[in-house]
Amino acid sequence: MAAPIEARGLVKRYGDITAVDHVDLTVSAGDVYGYLGPNGAGKTTSLRMLLGLIRPDEGAARLFGRDPLQEGVRALDGVAGFVEAPRFYPYLSGRRNLELVAALDGDGAAARIGEALDVVDLADRAKDRVGGYSHGMRQRLGIAGALLRAPRLLLLDEPTTGLDPAGMRDMRALIRRLAGQGITVLLSSHLMGEVEELCDRVAIIGSGRVLYEGALDQLIASAAGRYELRTTDDVYAAEIAARYGDVAEIPGGLTVDGDERSVAELSVALGLAGVGITALVPRTATLEELFLRMTEGPSPNGHHKLEEVAR
Amino acid sequence: MSAVAVPGAPARATRRPGVRAVYRWELRKLLAQKRTFIGLGSAVAVPLIFVIALLADSSGGPDELPFGSFVRETGFAVPLVCLAFGAFWLLPLITALVAGDIVANEDHNGTLKTILTRSVERWHVFAGKALAALTYTAGVLFAYVGIALVAGGLIWGFDPLTTLSGTQIDAGRALLLTGAGTLAYLLPMSAIAAIGILLSTLTRNSAAAVVGTLMVSIFVQIIGSISALDALDPYLLSTQFNAWQGILREPTDWAPIVRSAWVCALYALPALGWALTAFLRRDVTGG
Repeated sequence: MAAPIEARGLVKRYGDITAVDHVDLTVSAGDVYGYLGPNGAGKTTSLRMLLGLIRPDEGAARLFGRDPLQEGVRALDGVAGFVEAPRFYPYLSGRRNLELVAALDGDGAAARIGEALDVVDLADRAKDRVGGYSHGMRQRLGIAGALLRAPRLLLLDEPTTGLDPAGMRDMRALIRRLAGQGITVLLSSHLMGEVEELCDRVAIIGSGRVLYEGALDQLIASAAGRYELRTTDDVYAAEIAARYGDVAEIPGGLTVDGDERSVAELSVALGLAGVGITALVPRTATLEELFLRMTEGPSPNGHHKLEEVAR
Repeated sequence: MSAVAVPGAPARATRRPGVRAVYRWELRKLLAQKRTFIGLGSAVAVPLIFVIALLADSSGGPDELPFGSFVRETGFAVPLVCLAFGAFWLLPLITALVAGDIVANEDHNGTLKTILTRSVERWHVFAGKALAALTYTAGVLFAYVGIALVAGGLIWGFDPLTTLSGTQIDAGRALLLTGAGTLAYLLPMSAIAAIGILLSTLTRNSAAAVVGTLMVSIFVQIIGSISALDALDPYLLSTQFNAWQGILREPTDWAPIVRSAWVCALYALPALGWALTAFLRRDVTGG
């Protein structure tokens, strides 16, 4: 069975800048796949290539085995979504806009307008011009527009950006609900919490390169093995702890890298040295920390960075 | 492009919309925009202002324009004077106003990505837009001529018209020739629209495309006024702006009409081909 998304070696250059640098992505059916990276990392450019809006300089993407470069919009059957903010005609009403895109979809899309408006909770504002819509309403109209295609794969580019907290919560609930219906979702985001909450697999991208691709829990687990230590004498404790693993200062204490055995030995050593332990807890790196270590790390080589992070 | 179903892939769309769906919606979009009505409004207002000016001043007339000396004799002269008056500036401007916007408007609104990720091919979108721009051009032109004809006829009567050859023709033939002359003038206007569409596609900026289209129109008129370049005249777009007058001669002077047809095609078809190529190949960014 062809994967909903299979991209191999995607490259897009703008002059001297390589916006997307040999990106490989595989999104399997049923995934809620997080495409995570800071602004300007190349997320949107990748999505544009997947949707056939721009041509890759190298590599190819296939959606359910169909290449948008070769098949044009025929490769988008069963695929919907938007890049950057969804855009509509400001001088037409929400419903008219949906009627327009449905007419360009054919295949019964027009019959789904009412339902789509209900799903995104816009039915009562559908008669108003989009020009008067708030940012959040436009985002929701974008989702409604995507649903008209009865998609099996949804590509969403930072769908919660610019929404207020309630809007974000509702949007995430909506994405979870759509994923629950069996729609494969590629969610691009720079919000760690969002990806942790919604996604089971992630690709982390920085400066156009994929720094990590795989299961989210594996990524987080790979960064285990760090302990937070609070004592009555942090300076002396740091000296002792350095014999057992790498030590770093954090506000109000230290972190020590090590496994269970070395931490047990460290606690005994601290006790013998007369340093009181007020707290010694395993600390799981959050996705945010992993992300920042990967995307801001000093190493110029992405894969090398991954090893550092995994360590 | 294989017709073989890919396992697990969503079913192929069975009924795919095409140029007609795009065209219908392009017309609806035009009808929802102010710009359209500014153009259409000017096309209706100018003949009315002309008629009012004639009524206010009981003796003078636009004697320097074709049919100018007959405006008070028959209503049929009014649309023809208006056509001769609007042919070089007003009507190209109104045409450029919409043609120059038809693609650039999508760039401005960021909506190209919205319509290009549905089920219509890019060339469908382009063809629908080009047809809509041409439809608007024809609509504006016939509104312009029509309102002048109705206003002129109501005031000065639908009396026989003196042709440019000095012969008299009855009302029925005058109506027929006015319609035919307008259709003949639609040829250079279509070329102007095609240039507008090209600049709209290339510049992605509505104002630049509208002004650019007018600059092209002015440029060919300047070349036409240089006597050293008289040899070029028959092939200039501006020369075709009054080719329609051949229809209003007896016998009909087909030479300028036939030349207008192929000269205008020489402008319009490459412009549309270039625009289509650019539209098909472009990266849709922004928005």
